[in-house]
Amino acid sequence: MSTPLLIAVLLVLTAGAYMLGRRRSVAVSGGVGGVRHLHSLPSYYGSYAALWCLIPALLVLALWVAFHSTLVTELVVRDLPQEVQQLGADRLGLVLNDIRNLASGNVVSREVTPELQAAADHLKNLERTSAAAMAVVVLSLGVIGGGIAWRQISPRLRARNRVESIVNVLLITASTIAIFTTIGIVLSVLFESIYFFRAVPVASFLFGLEWSPQIALRADQAGSSGAFGAVPLFTGTLLISGIAMLVAVPIGLMSAIYLSEYASREFRAVAKPVLEVLAGIPTVVYGFFAALTVAPLVRDAGAALGLQVASESALAAGLVMGIMIIPFVSSLSDDVINAVPQAMRDAAYALGATQSETVRQVILPAALPGIVGSILLAVSRAIGETMIVVMAAGLSAKLTANPLDSVTTVTVQIVTLLVGDQEFDSPKTLAAFALGLVLFVVTLGLNIIALHVVRKYREQYE
Amino acid sequence: MSNGNPSSAGAPSRRVLEAVTGSLKRRYASERRFRLLGRLAVLTGLVFVGSLFLSIILNGYTGFQQTYLKLSVTFDQETLDPAGKRDPAVLDSADYGALVKRAMQAAFPEVSGRSELRELFGLVSSGAEYQLQDMVEDDPSLIGTTRDVWLIASDDLDMVVKGHIDRTVPEDQRRVSDRVLAWLDALEKKGVVETRFNWSFFTNGDSREPELAGIGGAVMGSFYTLLVCLVISFPIGVSAAVYLEEFAPKNRLTDLIEVNINNLAAVPSIVFGLLGLAVLINFFGMPRSAPIVGGLVLALMVLPTIIIAGRAALKSVPPSIREAALGVGASKMQTVMHHVLPLAMPGMMTGMIIGMAHALGETAPLLMIGMVAFVVDVPKGFFDPSTLLPVQIYLWADSPERAFVEKTAAAIMVLLAFLIAMNALAVYLRKRFERRW
Repeated sequence: MSTPLLIAVLLVLTAGAYMLGRRRSVAVSGGVGGVRHLHSLPSYYGSYAALWCLIPALLVLALWVAFHSTLVTELVVRDLPQEVQQLGADRLGLVLNDIRNLASGNVVSREVTPELQAAADHLKNLERTSAAAMAVVVLSLGVIGGGIAWRQISPRLRARNRVESIVNVLLITASTIAIFTTIGIVLSVLFESIYFFRAVPVASFLFGLEWSPQIALRADQAGSSGAFGAVPLFTGTLLISGIAMLVAVPIGLMSAIYLSEYASREFRAVAKPVLEVLAGIPTVVYGFFAALTVAPLVRDAGAALGLQVASESALAAGLVMGIMIIPFVSSLSDDVINAVPQAMRDAAYALGATQSETVRQVILPAALPGIVGSILLAVSRAIGETMIVVMAAGLSAKLTANPLDSVTTVTVQIVTLLVGDQEFDSPKTLAAFALGLVLFVVTLGLNIIALHVVRKYREQYE
Repeated sequence: MSNGNPSSAGAPSRRVLEAVTGSLKRRYASERRFRLLGRLAVLTGLVFVGSLFLSIILNGYTGFQQTYLKLSVTFDQETLDPAGKRDPAVLDSADYGALVKRAMQAAFPEVSGRSELRELFGLVSSGAEYQLQDMVEDDPSLIGTTRDVWLIASDDLDMVVKGHIDRTVPEDQRRVSDRVLAWLDALEKKGVVETRFNWSFFTNGDSREPELAGIGGAVMGSFYTLLVCLVISFPIGVSAAVYLEEFAPKNRLTDLIEVNINNLAAVPSIVFGLLGLAVLINFFGMPRSAPIVGGLVLALMVLPTIIIAGRAALKSVPPSIREAALGVGASKMQTVMHHVLPLAMPGMMTGMIIGMAHALGETAPLLMIGMVAFVVDVPKGFFDPSTLLPVQIYLWADSPERAFVEKTAAAIMVLLAFLIAMNALAVYLRKRFERRW
């Protein structure tokens, strides 16, 4: 029985458990003088039976689906001939792939030996047994769970309280998923990084000046030194993010000020959503825009001024990233500026200050912490931005501060290292996880500081 | 200010007045400058929006059209079905390319020589033979007849017709030779060149040939992925929001969860891709490039957004509703499930749709979990290898052929249309169900 079908059957079973539980509660209520004398409404008795039918079975099903392929593979490997078992992980993986293909009737890359055929048959058998056993176990668990709950139903069973506490546990589980996600991120990035730092020392990764993540296949191969010094990536990231902030902060901040202090209601009603459209555009679109329109424009402008501009210049990528970030800066600053109490404006006007003096000398200083927080959030967004730089920035890791040159960033390197085929034990692949760790730690730090600043500021005027 | 001593107050106030009036001009000028700067900033932002859309639309609108050539094709009995039995296996493996080549040669009998002929045959797309094959398999009685058929033109020809290849550029710097241009002019004079709306762009999968490539596969891949994302993130997001807003006691654990959610919302999306790669693919052994994995990763990514929006929606339900329900004897759970949650639902749906729109446009984490594969087939399920709309855009943007530029821009227009529709729906929901308490 396939898994979706099994789930469907289980749901039907659950519906049945609900009906039966409800009916039984009505039936047993006859002995105590009608439904009014039950502890809970009949539907709670039904839900009680249904939850007991569904949840244990679903849990077992999830575990089974998650682990059965590992188990089946393990069993197949154990029955392979001795010499195949000792092949080593990657070649064994190839053999297993062939066995799987053979079992599902696909094309096989090697000659079909009797052993291979036997293993494939074995695999097919195991899969069939596993699927059948899963169906039997899951469905009988559903029946047993529902049955036990059904037998418990009596007028004094506190069904509502029990159902509510089950639901409560489900709600708590759902809200802890955020924590598990964070733990998952930290563990997955950390483990691979630890493997990486076994091959490459931390200091030479963080402070090394040369980045060329090619590992030589032969000892005498040229140009494959395998240097993992990430400083050029960090400077490249900072360069592009810096250009982006130079574009986004003045434009975003000034438009926030103009829209909240000067603009008429009608103009604000049109301009604000239009600017916020920028936040909803997928980054891949910005990447295309940068590569197709902005980069040639920058190059031609540079050529007209007699400057040598790389076709994948940091300037083009940074400019477009700045455009992307404008709405972050402007809408966050807008909130902050609007949170400054009107009384402070009125006080400044009463003293005879012009509007711009009020903005510069009263509102901005009052809103400064919030604005700094919003800029920090925008910086973290710029550092973690991927698609624009993948499509518009270069691949060569250069240690330069020239915005017309091509630089590469942390995210670009993660993508180039991990896209395509990869083995999981080479430092080249693991380097991506080390970069991911740095990225995660830096953005997390920025976010924590920014959120702290913003929250502290918000409390000031509440 | 004091009236008691006018003489001592008069002198400084006059001086102040002079100072103020003297500086007024400067202050007003600076006021105007400041206002101008603000206006400029807003204008620059608007210009950016405009130029972004303009650049996409100008590059992309021709991508919805495709050039066709009308050729009279002879469905030759000898070539297609020498035995005359109309055996599907024979019809399936027949050489339809030969029909196309013969038709081209018939149109230009004066062309000879290998390289010239190859160039001539290059006017028609390599998909034309499948077009003929489909026609014959639909209607075997065509065999032995001669018909005028509109065949798909190759991408180079298409580019010339649409004016994307500059004819004034010297031949050696141009993708298309003078000879091809002459043939094209001859064909146009005969009136057998036509551009039509490119329906197959919406149904085809990816292809190496720009004129055959379509977004059908990518749209289906995005659909399956978003479905997985929705099914996982909506119940979890709503439950988490309900718990944190309505039930959670104020303690360290719930504080931790709150801080966590806020921080997860700002973690770069590519990090979620690393999570998917390390945990889902390497640890649990899930298939690469499958919508199920993409959906899971995107669900984890949009979950914080959905929870935050859900909590805001729950917060906007006034306490009087809760108090009234509790007052007539409902339990806390009944209060929330029967009264608060239904009232907060429109707001939650709005947050959900915006989260889905975010997920639809996301690319970076999908690159990590192997969704950049070249997939020709339209996926049929959650475990089939597939590509998604934004990833397709990324792949096409990387392709060197000029014709892929307009395909990319056209695909972006489709993606943006989906996003605009989703956001419009969210706005509509908010307007329709918004309640002022």
